[in-house]
Amino acid sequence: MADSEILRAPHVLEYPYVRSVGPVIGAFLTALRAGRILGARSQAVDGTPTVVVPPTEYDPITGRDVGDLVEVGPGGVVTTWSWASSPRRDQPLDRPFAWALVRLDGADTGMLHVVDAGSPDAMASGMRVAPRWRAPEDRCGAMSDIECFVPEGGDQ
Amino acid sequence: MTDAGTHTDVGATGEAPVTTLSTPIRVEYQYTAGLAQSRYLHGMADGKFLGQRCPKCRQVYVPPRGSCPTDGVATTDTVELGNTGTVTTYCVVNVPFQGQSIEIPYICAQILLDGANIAFMGLIQEIPADQVRMGLRVEAVWVDRSEFGLTSANVRYFRPTGEPDAEYETFKEYL
Repeated sequence: MADSEILRAPHVLEYPYVRSVGPVIGAFLTALRAGRILGARSQAVDGTPTVVVPPTEYDPITGRDVGDLVEVGPGGVVTTWSWASSPRRDQPLDRPFAWALVRLDGADTGMLHVVDAGSPDAMASGMRVAPRWRAPEDRCGAMSDIECFVPEGGDQ
Repeated sequence: MTDAGTHTDVGATGEAPVTTLSTPIRVEYQYTAGLAQSRYLHGMADGKFLGQRCPKCRQVYVPPRGSCPTDGVATTDTVELGNTGTVTTYCVVNVPFQGQSIEIPYICAQILLDGANIAFMGLIQEIPADQVRMGLRVEAVWVDRSEFGLTSANVRYFRPTGEPDAEYETFKEYL
């Protein structure tokens, strides 16, 4: 049999998972849809008050239950970042961007999101950023309700 | 966390709180059928079951995988099999599931084609589920020839031939 007769075909495997988000992440996503970012009050090992963003049902360091949810941000500081020069399909932006940990004002943890900075030259640890929100009618209660972060003072 | 419930109204817009998140996982493959399977599928497009015989143990495999699992050698001879076979064992499916395309109850059977030495899975129709049995003689029902493609879906299902049941001795090696 000729090589040309060897058959090839696309084969797609997809699991359409729907996760239950629980009371804390649920509240976080509900607030995102309304254009607000929530964190959870917690305590460091030594008792210092902290705020965990995104909020979890337990403190990621101590493992203890967290307390009230509080609003943070919307601006924050990039603590670390990595430039994605060739975005892949289904990634948050269709142009080069930075993955970044953003420590929002009032928070003590970094939240992973993307920064639309145009160029890696415009990125720096310590830079201030602000969210660019999707239009209210396009928000669905997901992390992508924040389209991206942009350098503060830039076009939000 | 004891009081998150009191905060779910933070920023509420009158819409119901978010309780779920869609997180599909999708992987896209380009599947290459390889020599043996391609040959089988070209046979399907001609309305034929093509198996392959092991040159050492002489067993005939369908659909062929290109090698003999017993001897570990390439299967080189192509064998055209008939359109009839025997139900060696079966299962009556009564449980609905997502993506199901056949009305329940239906019968999923292992079918030993005449001339083959291994059974493969097929759908049995045109017989009530409670009348299917081991040894039932069946034949393949194909889609209209004008719809033939390079796919096993050319075989719609198997149905009883009306012949007497096969003796257990004739298929007991293939269970």
